[in-house]
Amino acid sequence: MDLPNLTGVRLARDRSDLALAAGEAPLAGGTWLYSEPQTHLTGLVDLTTLGWPDWTERVDGGLSIGATCAVVDLVRIPDSDRPAVRLFRQGAESLLQSFKVWNTATIGGNIVTALAAGALIGVTAALDAELVIWTADGGERRQRVEAFVLGQRATSLARGEVLRSIEIGPAPLAARTAFRRIALSPLGRAGTVVAGRRDAGGTTVLSITGGTARPEVLRFPEPPGPEHLLAAIDSIRSWFTDAHGAADWRAAMTRTLAESVREELAA
Amino acid sequence: MRFTVDGGAIDADPGPGQCLRTVLRDAGRFAVKKGCDAGDCGACAVLLDGRPVHSCIVPAHRAEGREVTTVAGLGDDAGGLADVQQRFVDAGAFQCGFCTAGMVVTASTDEVAAADDEDLPRLFKGSLCRCTGYRSIRDAVHGVRRTVPRDGAAGVGRSVQPPAAERIVTGAEPYTLDLVTTGLAHLAVLGSPHPHARIRRIDTAAARAMPGVLAVLTAADAPAVLFSTGRHQSRLEDPDDTLVLDPVLRFAGQRVAAVVAETLAEAQAAAAAIEVDYEVLPAVFDPEAARSPGAPLLHGEKDAAASRIAEPGRNVAALKHGEMGDVDAALAAADVVVSGTWRTGRVAHAALETHATRGWLDADGRLVLRTSSQVPYLVRDEICRIFGLGEDRVRVITARVGGGFGGKQELLTEDLVTLAVLATGRPVQLEFTREDEFTVAPMRHPKRVSVALGATADGVLTAMDLDVLADTGAYGNHAPGVLFHGSHESVSVYRVPNRRVRAESVYTNNPPSGAFRGYGLGQVMFAVESAMDELARRLGIDPYELRRRNVIVPGDPVVVTDPDEVNDLQYGGYGLDQALDLAEDAMLEPGDPAPADGGPWRIGEGMAASMIATMPPRGHFSDVRLTLEAGGALVLEVGTAEFGNGTTTVHAQLVAEVLGVPMGAIRIRQSDTDAARYDTGAFGSAGTVVAGAAVHRAALALRDAVLAAAGPGAHLVGGAVSVDGAVRPLAAFAPLTAPGSANGTPRGLAFNVHAFRVAVSPVTGEVRILKSVQAVDAGRVLNPEQLRGQVEGGTAQAIGSALYEEVRTSGGQVLSRVLRNYHLPQMADVPETEVLFTDTADPNGPFGAKSMSEAPYNPVAPALANAIRDAVGVRPHELPMTRDRLWRLQQPVE
Repeated sequence: MDLPNLTGVRLARDRSDLALAAGEAPLAGGTWLYSEPQTHLTGLVDLTTLGWPDWTERVDGGLSIGATCAVVDLVRIPDSDRPAVRLFRQGAESLLQSFKVWNTATIGGNIVTALAAGALIGVTAALDAELVIWTADGGERRQRVEAFVLGQRATSLARGEVLRSIEIGPAPLAARTAFRRIALSPLGRAGTVVAGRRDAGGTTVLSITGGTARPEVLRFPEPPGPEHLLAAIDSIRSWFTDAHGAADWRAAMTRTLAESVREELAA
Repeated sequence: MRFTVDGGAIDADPGPGQCLRTVLRDAGRFAVKKGCDAGDCGACAVLLDGRPVHSCIVPAHRAEGREVTTVAGLGDDAGGLADVQQRFVDAGAFQCGFCTAGMVVTASTDEVAAADDEDLPRLFKGSLCRCTGYRSIRDAVHGVRRTVPRDGAAGVGRSVQPPAAERIVTGAEPYTLDLVTTGLAHLAVLGSPHPHARIRRIDTAAARAMPGVLAVLTAADAPAVLFSTGRHQSRLEDPDDTLVLDPVLRFAGQRVAAVVAETLAEAQAAAAAIEVDYEVLPAVFDPEAARSPGAPLLHGEKDAAASRIAEPGRNVAALKHGEMGDVDAALAAADVVVSGTWRTGRVAHAALETHATRGWLDADGRLVLRTSSQVPYLVRDEICRIFGLGEDRVRVITARVGGGFGGKQELLTEDLVTLAVLATGRPVQLEFTREDEFTVAPMRHPKRVSVALGATADGVLTAMDLDVLADTGAYGNHAPGVLFHGSHESVSVYRVPNRRVRAESVYTNNPPSGAFRGYGLGQVMFAVESAMDELARRLGIDPYELRRRNVIVPGDPVVVTDPDEVNDLQYGGYGLDQALDLAEDAMLEPGDPAPADGGPWRIGEGMAASMIATMPPRGHFSDVRLTLEAGGALVLEVGTAEFGNGTTTVHAQLVAEVLGVPMGAIRIRQSDTDAARYDTGAFGSAGTVVAGAAVHRAALALRDAVLAAAGPGAHLVGGAVSVDGAVRPLAAFAPLTAPGSANGTPRGLAFNVHAFRVAVSPVTGEVRILKSVQAVDAGRVLNPEQLRGQVEGGTAQAIGSALYEEVRTSGGQVLSRVLRNYHLPQMADVPETEVLFTDTADPNGPFGAKSMSEAPYNPVAPALANAIRDAVGVRPHELPMTRDRLWRLQQPVE
């Protein structure tokens, strides 16, 4: 929709353009920003004109994914030697958005918007992704996804900070993964999403999003047994109720789906 | 900025924060529709450098130097249809057509071309259609032809393509706001933040001083004439409880004031600058509490008789209490009694075209309103009354309407536009946002329905006791009609000697309720048909057989609680017996197998029956005119609006049938108060049986006039006149005009039986529909594919109400304000429904036809609930039957 209270949109060409005036906010794909009135904003700074590469392979075999990488490009990252990237497609398909919106929406936008149903938060959390955040003073800081997302529509991003990239190490990319989700309808907005991975060494990580106010990440040094996993899920306190499911149902569905993920990873 | 649209260069200067859709529409590219304005529905889909995008969430500045392809640019340069467009025509893959432009663009993509049928739901999850139920869209993707072109035999009984088909699939059909108006000003409304408040003081000075502002309108500027937004043939049917601008605010979002400005952005900014001092009043949100002593009164100051409010001192907008026989005694004496209380949620119509009006003064200073309405003539009449204008000073035009479902049997935008045009002299537009559709536009009445049924051991009903409580919200538009109709055919379909109805529709500080497909019947039938199912279980009688033993048959009176009720209902071609047989037989075929994945699954079957009068009660009028012009063209002027119901096609077919001409020879001018003399409107499923009957009569009259002019022995042969072996073209008899009228009485009865087989997961609450059948008693079927589409679409909408949709509120504030938080059925959610027709004919309908637009919606929810009950062993009592509710229903009781 139109954002009539904006007085300007700047196209960023280099990092100095990211210094924000009062009322300005960074713009990635814009598919969320342009989907609701933004009456608190007066301007946007378009990050997509910075020309960040969609993704690069790091020397250690890990991936550095640009925050402005469109979802459509994210799901096309080749999965040879890094089977875990199939989580990107599973996460993207879990999003309510159409494949058409994949052409505009970005991974960085999905993470920074910090909706509970932001499925790319869940899949990057399951891969222990680290976010590179450009700070306002010209430096940068790094933070795990699950620490970055503080709650519904809330992140650790300070004013003037911009998410630059999503960094995933080689070990998680080589891991076996499993993904489950359920909604109140077959392809509806997520009720709960469980993404899991098991590294070669046995380290097992499950992320739970969609039905919790913030991403919940469960880490196990060895593949957990069913009781161990259930106990970990039972310690989650951030279930919520909204149009996409009641809290008790979300918790119950998560138990079922997480056990299914556990079984797949154990097989 | 310069970019390319459909091969041509465009220079545009988008404002900061504009989306691509706005820039395209501002450039006159009206093929790009505004549906949800939030990226959810896909009506605005275009290709950007060949890649599909939702243009409402693409920042406009990004189009610079790029190439946009709209649905209008998909065809060849000679103006021929693209293959994908032709496939939508051939499959009949649209009804209102508002989603079609985006649907066709989506279908044109490589992703869809490469997809198999199983992957289509994923690819179309961002392409919402409120009308069709998606089967026909799948057919279009697969290239399945279901219709026949208009240039062949086009008479009744054939699935002829709609006259607008080619325009719709190319985006060329103009909807309400698809036109350029020079000097157009815009309205923005300041809505109440409180569900109940009085305006103590309002200061508009700051707003008036803002740039672009032409007028700021408050209650002081508006006529002090009470009216109802709900419109009927008789304006006395709805309570006069509404003002254009009221200093008392009875729901959150109600108009406080309005701003007219040069641009929408300026109007919105000024509206936000209006200073209001509110006296917040106590509010009530539960209808039971609202009718209890001590509750805050919403319309307590009004004169009950003058405003036609049943009991303003008790917040009761409408009531109906009646008893026939002795229900208490009959229940006490019954061999079996079943009872229960059922609840239905608040449902939004969610037509993809929002409510909107553009108004202006024509060269003669006459007010013209172009509005998205089902009832242009009723709007004209009430606008004249509110503003004290003569009928000849107001013209109301309705273009093709982008979906209605009852939601546009209201006067919601026209009054404010009238006030603004009269105040400024400028053309003015008011367009509802999608959020307005959820917060301001009336929705389906939530109802609580308690039913008790008594029967003999052999399954003969002896008593029916019905208690209905409806939440009409802050205003009483449609409160009486929905209440009375809701407990009419749901009760009168059964032959039960002792019956009682206690029904009340109660004011609350919730958003207003209004007319919705089925007009109150669906909520009550959910309860009655669930209770009938329970009775069948208790008695060990097959549910079809239980209906056969108790439904009315020709000769039985059609009454509710008054055995002497005088009405104009007639058994015109009774088909309930056939419908029951057809559905029962069809269910002998297995349908889809039980799911192999995600088990365990519990399998069950259920059915429900429904009856509906073929027309609204107390008169529904249509006066049409058919003119044979020099040159042989036939011009039909008919007042009813086309909103996807297909009546325009049927009207053309009726003329083609009677005169033996191809449909291409017929031009239709419709829904314009300057064209046809009158039409009550497109509601109550009247498009075929009332307007169509008038068209049929006009065609017969014109034929008779031609034959009379031709002399004795003349008859029609292939669209020409044969007299004594000589053949003269119709044009030889031009000019000739013939009128046709219908008055909506007597009315017939139509029947529907729906049956489901479902699998329900006790683990997740998921429902998978393995088989869906609807048997339909529509009399003679005039256009089988269109009728099938109505039944499929009604079923899909009802599946939405039954499983998914609920407008959630808290303290009078609507929580579900965008489509992504209100789940409309998408392709993945709607199974194919087998549609079966009875073989009947109603002598009161044109060529024996009955109406069939609302009716298919009504039996679906109870049939689904009964199937779920059969599967899981516990009866659902609340709509929607969401997965979380069904999961909870199956948990062991602690």
